[in-house]
Amino acid sequence: MANYKIKINGETRTVEADPDTPLLWVLRDSLELRGTKYGCGVAQCGACTVHVDGAAMRSCSLPISQIEDQEVKTIEGLSPDLSHPLQEAWREHDVPQCGYCQAGQIMSAAALLADNPSPSEKEIESFMNGNICRCGTYNRIKAAIQTAAKK
Amino acid sequence: MKKKNSFKTSHNRRSFIKVSAATGGGMLIGFNLLTGCKSDPPAVAKPKVIPLPDPSQWFDINAYLKIGDTGLVSIISPNPEIGQNVKTSMPMIVAEELDVAWKDVVVEQSPLNSVDFDRQVAGGSQSIRQSWTALRQAGATAKKILVDTAAERWGIDASECSVSEGVITSPTGETLKYGELVAEASGREVPEEVELKDPSEFKIIGQSQVNVDMEGILSGTAVFGIDYRIEGMKHAVVLRPPAFGKELVSFDDAAAKNVNGVEQVLKFGNKIAVVANSTWAAMKGKKALTAEWKEVGPIEDSAYHTKTLKEHLVKKAEEARRVDGDVDAAFAQADEVIERIYEAPFLPHTCMEPMNFYANVTAEGAKLVGPIQTPKWTQSKVATLLGIEEDKVTVHMTRMGGGFGRRLYGDFADEAAEISSLIKAPVQVLFSREDDMTAGTYRPGSAYRFKVGIKDGQLSSYHLTEAFFNGEMFGNMPSNFPAGAIENYRVDCHNIESNITTGAWRAPYANFLASAEQSFFDELAEHLGKDPIDFRLELFAKAKEQPIGEEHNYEIDKFVNVIKMAREKSNWDTKKTGVHKGFSAYYSHNTYVAEVAEMVIENDLPVVKKVICAIDCGIVVNPKAAKNQAEGGVVDGLGHAMYGQFEIEGGRAKQTNFGVADYKLIRMMDAPEVEVHFAENQNDPTGLGEPTLPPAGGALSNALYAATGKRFYKQPFITEMEVKG
Repeated sequence: MANYKIKINGETRTVEADPDTPLLWVLRDSLELRGTKYGCGVAQCGACTVHVDGAAMRSCSLPISQIEDQEVKTIEGLSPDLSHPLQEAWREHDVPQCGYCQAGQIMSAAALLADNPSPSEKEIESFMNGNICRCGTYNRIKAAIQTAAKK
Repeated sequence: MKKKNSFKTSHNRRSFIKVSAATGGGMLIGFNLLTGCKSDPPAVAKPKVIPLPDPSQWFDINAYLKIGDTGLVSIISPNPEIGQNVKTSMPMIVAEELDVAWKDVVVEQSPLNSVDFDRQVAGGSQSIRQSWTALRQAGATAKKILVDTAAERWGIDASECSVSEGVITSPTGETLKYGELVAEASGREVPEEVELKDPSEFKIIGQSQVNVDMEGILSGTAVFGIDYRIEGMKHAVVLRPPAFGKELVSFDDAAAKNVNGVEQVLKFGNKIAVVANSTWAAMKGKKALTAEWKEVGPIEDSAYHTKTLKEHLVKKAEEARRVDGDVDAAFAQADEVIERIYEAPFLPHTCMEPMNFYANVTAEGAKLVGPIQTPKWTQSKVATLLGIEEDKVTVHMTRMGGGFGRRLYGDFADEAAEISSLIKAPVQVLFSREDDMTAGTYRPGSAYRFKVGIKDGQLSSYHLTEAFFNGEMFGNMPSNFPAGAIENYRVDCHNIESNITTGAWRAPYANFLASAEQSFFDELAEHLGKDPIDFRLELFAKAKEQPIGEEHNYEIDKFVNVIKMAREKSNWDTKKTGVHKGFSAYYSHNTYVAEVAEMVIENDLPVVKKVICAIDCGIVVNPKAAKNQAEGGVVDGLGHAMYGQFEIEGGRAKQTNFGVADYKLIRMMDAPEVEVHFAENQNDPTGLGEPTLPPAGGALSNALYAATGKRFYKQPFITEMEVKG
């Protein structure tokens, strides 16, 4: 076990963990930030997506020892009041069904828009292809990203 | 005045006896069990409409609702929420009859409560259909009590009062709000009869309302089963037999116990639990376990499954499930006999939230919390398992990251209860994705043989044979269309035993039967030189004019209506260059659906661009969410028909995760646009969680044929494509 200082949602937090502990489980079990979800554990479903220095990363496959001094943002830190254009667009399109994958979807989409404020439909599909939604809300996710991009 | 529907009240008739202290706005997210959670309440964006303030006192009206002294209403949602939107749509129905503004409603998830609620189950697309009247009565009786109280205060007859959005108005224009009356009304008896609204008067039903858990989902604070925490809770993962047909001989836990955070390793039944102080420690501990297993039963594989299914298809069952006329005699006299076989594999449920459950078993009883479609059954199973009375087992339902049938089976809750009773501590059991896919309760593999006789250009006989592992077509499915339309008709079912655990999977039975049948219809129509829609309509016309047999389970007019809607909305009869269309229609779970898939060839690959979907589910309670269900069912149905390659090898799932060469679920790039049209009528609502899925596979295979000239008989179709996508 070792102590790690990480910057989460603008706050510096210290956690004690084994070096191989994935960021996902540090967030969920040590930091009480359970908006980030476990889906596959092998970076294939996107449910655990967070931002590390602004880039979308799969936190299930990112050992805590590798992210010191980097800024981590989770769904809980996306906006203080659900005012991020994506959160507003998600509400407008009533996107979620079960809702489990949606935090990961939103975090992926937020990274996409930060990098490419007006993505084409193909660019959205390509970027979001790493996020699975078993309920099949893909069309609404796409529409919500397009709505948010216009804001 | 319009004629109202009068109904005897059947639900809880408790009057306003219980007064509870205010719990404030925390209820908005609706899971009051979770006040122990350390997370701060979410910052909620300022709503566009301002709800009434939090009350200082709540008054219980009946099991479904309480009203605060400010007029704010709390509606209890009885059924488990798996993403089918019942936590929003069921309370909408109560609010409608109560006559309050939806903005003044907060929603709370009920735990298992068999005293007040009849059917706390998420399954069979039945929540709205079966609770429709009880939900309306709950709202209507409360409204009546409040109106009676107001009328008494004004010294007038209740019939002279009018109500809108929680405000009662007298003929002279005096007004009283529900919040002002609720304390005074609290002694009144619940009326024995209430009037329900005429659907034309609905103000909330039929208007799209946003998911009541939207804020929680968008802020990451909605509590799914996996998110439940309580002080002192342990984390457990379980090592289960590596294959169906194997049993534990011995194990070595020395390395596992050396993992930081692992507290106990224990055998229970045929499994080993690793109990730790964190999820990761438990997972690592499990990886460090070694165990020896022995073969105790048959070790099955997919090749065996295919072979066995096909062997059964050529046989008749001991007793047919339906017989009209004599198919064999008709085959003998037919000008032509056509026979086709369709096959589908076992399928895992792959809910995005892997199976998990919390249990705390103490001398007082067992407390269970988690994602479950069948809380009542879970209570009963856990009580039996622990040897305690059912009333000593409480079950609280969290939001669920999907169900699709997997969460009907509470094996994970049983495991949590058993482990908790052994370690004498609260524990949450979590499946890894690999556990989830290897210890499944799979959709069984199945195959269908369709054999028809054609005489003078007409269908003279139709023989459907089903081969199915661990089950067979149930209920009145043998009387599905085209039963009633063909003179000689027979259905045979073979139930083949397998040691692989199987169960319901979204739209059980219909999920593949529909795909097979609708593919066959397409081929048959082509063979007879008929348009696929005309072919079906002719059969319906026959069934209507002169129905064959004692009964059939579908309403012809409703079925024909959605078929005609899909034809019109998709411009079926207008050919478009480069667009290849596939038609499919199916009736399941009390809802009628017709779909047209439009396919194009892009880079030499067939791609579904759009699916047009026509649905009759009666009154549409929450339109935007209803469309979401319909869209999702289509995408899910297409995805599994096309990509769901799941094999059993050596008694074990070969595909165990979502990797590229592993199990493929449909992703955004593959998902077509879905256009949804609802039949407009005022019939009582039926469900939507399942019915759009069954026709999707047929629409896909028929569009594939139109685009490529190849018929697809075996799911997933990707395995039969020349170019893999």
